Amino acid sequence: MLELALKGSKKYYGWMTALLAVIGVGFGCYLWQLSFGLGITGMSRDVSWGFYIAQFTFLVGVAASAVMLVLPYYLHNYKAFGKITILGEFLAVSSVTMCLLFIIVDLGQPMRALNVILYPTPNSILFWDMIVLNGYLFLNIVIGWQVLEAERNSVAPPAWVKPLIYLSIPWAVSIHTVTAFLYCGLPGRGFWLTAILAPRFLASAFAAGPSFLILLCLIIRKLTKFDPGKEQIQTLSKIVAYGIIMNVFFLLCEVFVVFYSKIPEHMDHMKYLFVGLHGHGVLVPWMWTSVGLMLISIILLVNPMTRKNEAVLAIACLCVFFGTWIDKGLGMIAGGFVPSPLHHVNEYVPTIPEIVITLGIYATGFLVLTALFKMAISVKEEVSV
Amino acid sequence: MENSRRTFLKIAGISALGLSAKPVFNAFAVSEEHGEKKEAKLIPKQGALTAKRWAMVIDTTKFKSAKDLEPMIEACNKIHNIPVFENKRHEIKWIWGEEFKHAFPDLENEHMNDRIKSLPFLVLCNQCQDAPCVRACPTKATFKQEDGVVAMDFHRCIGCRFCMAACPYGSRSFNFRDPRPFIKETNKKFPTRMKGVVEKCNFCSELLAEGKKPACVEASGGALVFGDLDDPESEVRKLLKSNYTIRRKTALGTGPAIYYIV
Repeated sequence: MLELALKGSKKYYGWMTALLAVIGVGFGCYLWQLSFGLGITGMSRDVSWGFYIAQFTFLVGVAASAVMLVLPYYLHNYKAFGKITILGEFLAVSSVTMCLLFIIVDLGQPMRALNVILYPTPNSILFWDMIVLNGYLFLNIVIGWQVLEAERNSVAPPAWVKPLIYLSIPWAVSIHTVTAFLYCGLPGRGFWLTAILAPRFLASAFAAGPSFLILLCLIIRKLTKFDPGKEQIQTLSKIVAYGIIMNVFFLLCEVFVVFYSKIPEHMDHMKYLFVGLHGHGVLVPWMWTSVGLMLISIILLVNPMTRKNEAVLAIACLCVFFGTWIDKGLGMIAGGFVPSPLHHVNEYVPTIPEIVITLGIYATGFLVLTALFKMAISVKEEVSV
Repeated sequence: MENSRRTFLKIAGISALGLSAKPVFNAFAVSEEHGEKKEAKLIPKQGALTAKRWAMVIDTTKFKSAKDLEPMIEACNKIHNIPVFENKRHEIKWIWGEEFKHAFPDLENEHMNDRIKSLPFLVLCNQCQDAPCVRACPTKATFKQEDGVVAMDFHRCIGCRFCMAACPYGSRSFNFRDPRPFIKETNKKFPTRMKGVVEKCNFCSELLAEGKKPACVEASGGALVFGDLDDPESEVRKLLKSNYTIRRKTALGTGPAIYYIV
């Protein structure tokens, strides 16, 4: 089926070439990082994880959200989603690909990455993260491919795929849970030391992923002959509404616990993010933007009038996506490191090469996504003719 | 033709997966039934200093200012090939001075006596009994020695920095760039590090193996006392018995091996 991704219009080739150009520049910067070391990034002794790990965390959520299509279709027999589950699965494949790339570029010694397998250490959460992420990638490639190939040949998918599909449902939950466990099991990091971190991650994932998928569906309808469907988009938008409301609710739960208990170790990180600490607060405008975007999106998504208008829905989805991206892709990681365990306030700002490498990885993800979606949609166009 | 190529690719794929998964399964398959333990045993060198659990007592009453800490910090920096960077973000620190409110953020009082308020406290890796960094490391590059020291294998570290996030004492440093050009005078007896790995205080394990005490202890003029916490007759135990001591962030349950007389 891969040949379907190789044949396309001029526009398609133009888009892919543009992505390859961004990947090229990003890769160039990565070679520089490889020769100099991670010193070209904004990370420091105090803020030892930065933009890369934050993007990784955000994208694990986008990947996990495929379950929001798979679960209604396969467990509740919600037929309408049958048409677009493949899009969710392929979105998961490209997101996990980006996640793995972000881990690799964050390693100080990437050539030794296989040490995680050569010296397996089950007491390290990173070991489990490696297992669940690769497992999820594998599951989604196999399931997506088999189901799509069956559709192309107008036959039912092989029977052995069914158990894998059922397995992929709890597996999706596991990838984001394990990713949250990376952070919430660490003593002395008050911002992350909360049992609600994994549920919060999942809530924001189930908002961010489907909102991105709605945007993709709208683009697909415009650019191709395949229509993902009005009903499908509306059902997805309800999922996004629940997701974003849960996310804001969980955030408010955190805010209550932190500011009512007033334990400095937990409170100071929140203060740093939302009002600044000891005169430092680069993230303050970002965090309030995030809160604003999420609140606007709730209003637009809960109100049926606005939700049913697809132009407004697109705006709401953009609000959800960028609101949750700031929350997780900017605030979540840096916020946990500032102030430091010794209560020093050393801020973190990503550098230009760091951002270029990040863009290169996003471009890689979009390249994979475009190729996979091209394949899926070509099959759907073929079948419908 | 098509078919045989497919079959070949399938078999090759499954074999590759199987090969890479083997060590993972081995980790779970370790059991006592299968013959005797094959683990290598370390035999201490003749004349080496050994203990069940090394610990240190820092008598802060013997220090008056930041200047008094310098000899210990310098001794450590020198023998461990610690580079000097102008960029603070890239700093490597094994042992250094911190104000009380930073060394003991949970013990800070609004009104403190002048001596403690202005005095810098020596901080270093706490060689925790239940070390969060050892738990977090995905490759066992950070591990616990039999003598209680939390040690590191610089050649195994992949530089993921999970240990730095896990350490509640900020005791770990990462080589953000090649440190070698920034080492003033290289001590050939201790390895220099490469870029991309984490490092920290090792309680001078390399000196203990030669029967010598840690460099900072030697340079302290008696303010730092080193010994076996499990030996009731050791000098540290005697000091702990006769002085009130504090440790950093004991509420976290990590069990630091560095005690402070204040």
